[in-house]
Amino acid sequence: MSKKRDYREYTKGDGIESIQKVVRPPADSSSKIVKYSLIAVAALFLFVMLVLPLFVVLVNALRDGFAAFCDAVFDEYTVKALKLTLSATVCSVAVNTVFGVFASYLLSKFYFRGRQLLAALIDLPFSISPVIAGLIFILTFGNVGWMGDFLKEHGIKIVFAVPGVLLATIFVTFPFVFRELFPVMNAQGRDEEEAAALMGAGGLTVFFRITFPHIKWALLYGVILCSARAMGEFGAVSVISGHLRGKTNTLPLHVEILYNEFNTTAAFAVSSILVFLAVLVLIARTFAEAKCRGGEE
Amino acid sequence: MEQQIIKVKNKKGVKVIPGFKLSFGVTVSMLGLLVLIPLASIFLGAGKLEFREFIEVVTSRQVLSGYAVSFTCAFAAALINAVFGLILAWVLVRYDFFGKRLMDGLIELPFALPTAVAGISLTYLYSDKGWIGAFFDHFGIKIAYTRIGIMVAMIFVGIPFVVRSVQPVLMKMDRQYEEAAMMLGAGSGTIFFRVVLPELFPALLAGFGLALARGIGEYGSVVFIAGNIPYQTQIAPLLIMTKLEQYKYADATAIALVLLILSFVLMLAINSVQLSMQKFCKG
Repeated sequence: MSKKRDYREYTKGDGIESIQKVVRPPADSSSKIVKYSLIAVAALFLFVMLVLPLFVVLVNALRDGFAAFCDAVFDEYTVKALKLTLSATVCSVAVNTVFGVFASYLLSKFYFRGRQLLAALIDLPFSISPVIAGLIFILTFGNVGWMGDFLKEHGIKIVFAVPGVLLATIFVTFPFVFRELFPVMNAQGRDEEEAAALMGAGGLTVFFRITFPHIKWALLYGVILCSARAMGEFGAVSVISGHLRGKTNTLPLHVEILYNEFNTTAAFAVSSILVFLAVLVLIARTFAEAKCRGGEE
Repeated sequence: MEQQIIKVKNKKGVKVIPGFKLSFGVTVSMLGLLVLIPLASIFLGAGKLEFREFIEVVTSRQVLSGYAVSFTCAFAAALINAVFGLILAWVLVRYDFFGKRLMDGLIELPFALPTAVAGISLTYLYSDKGWIGAFFDHFGIKIAYTRIGIMVAMIFVGIPFVVRSVQPVLMKMDRQYEEAAMMLGAGSGTIFFRVVLPELFPALLAGFGLALARGIGEYGSVVFIAGNIPYQTQIAPLLIMTKLEQYKYADATAIALVLLILSFVLMLAINSVQLSMQKFCKG
């Protein structure tokens, strides 16, 4: 410490206030420099890494004029890809919600053997490369897979078809809702449910009247995160979809195809739809998070 | 009624809350059908290769360089993310300034933005014609289509993991230790490195691990910017993809299995370091 503080200056007046003044002396200029340089570093990093890529998408999407942008966005294949992306999102959100609610209810309200193991297994898809996630469905349901012959006999197509895309999307988003619900349910404990059950409430009543009100905003938050990931999934879907235009192409895959055809403007135009959806998700997330924090207090 | 309550209290582990069987059944069957059974196929698939062939595939020069590129780039990116993630979390928790909420919302952009979109726009931005790439091109530094480009994409996808791991811990941290250190005459550098950082370290390590895992597995954003030059910028997930496109399913499975095992071992190591540090901190 170079500077010597004159503590008498801070200790005038009544007790507590003066103590606080001693503990938090007015910020001197050096700590202000640190503060603003850190903020500048953070802002610059965010600008270069996150904001500029967004700008690039929008600028390039409109590079050839608005008409070209509309052509790319309302293209027949783009609309079909958008529909498939949305249905994959809805599907994985539905599966995720059901699973997330049951799994977090199970793991937070009951003690049983293997509880830790189960929690670890649920988190597995987080640490698996999306490409591997796609691969395992080919190895299960594809021609080389152990269920391949059975599916062929019954004329069911999963790999290189829509069901494969749905399954891969569900796999990569599997832990999302659970991850958001479990900490909230766990923190809430089980006293309220126990009391309700002892007073004779049935399972449905316990869940909807006791558990659900605590978790509704966390559930919304989880659903938002899950839909964001489902919309944007690329690696896993890319492996399993077979890139059939108009059939198994999701929006991110459509972007890739356009980009590889050197149709850059169209690729960025289609990307801008996804950017728009991503910004919507971020706004919804901020809203849900504020509600979520408000609910806990 | 009274008897019932006594019974509940006496028998330890009695499940009073209804729905155990139902939720257990739903959880385990969904997890099994959608995650565990498909995942087990990878072992069945790898079993089709003989051991000698398996070793041959995963130790070929191309595959080894793929693993090396994936792991070194992901490690470097996670390290850079740890530094900037810490700064971001610190700025967001400790300071008040204009635009703070916007900044906080932006952190999660990489979660929300599809990786393919991130990939093509980063490629455009960092190629020698792009806004940032052109600047670095003056100094003779190429970013897109080199390992630096791969790192840039991995930094992009990994940054929210570090910030979101560190932020809550920093928020809950008791400031009285810092105040005590300050009263005892420690400078701000000493306070940060001797008081704050040790307490944040487990969370930082967890964020680092998540960013690392994401970087190793990342495909969508990296594949565009990498340029996929054999032995230089081919990442391991891309090699899996290439083998699949050639219908060499067994080879792809072998590469995937080794990648899976390597990343699990890495995660396990990070987790155990984290656990032992937490124990050490608690005494």
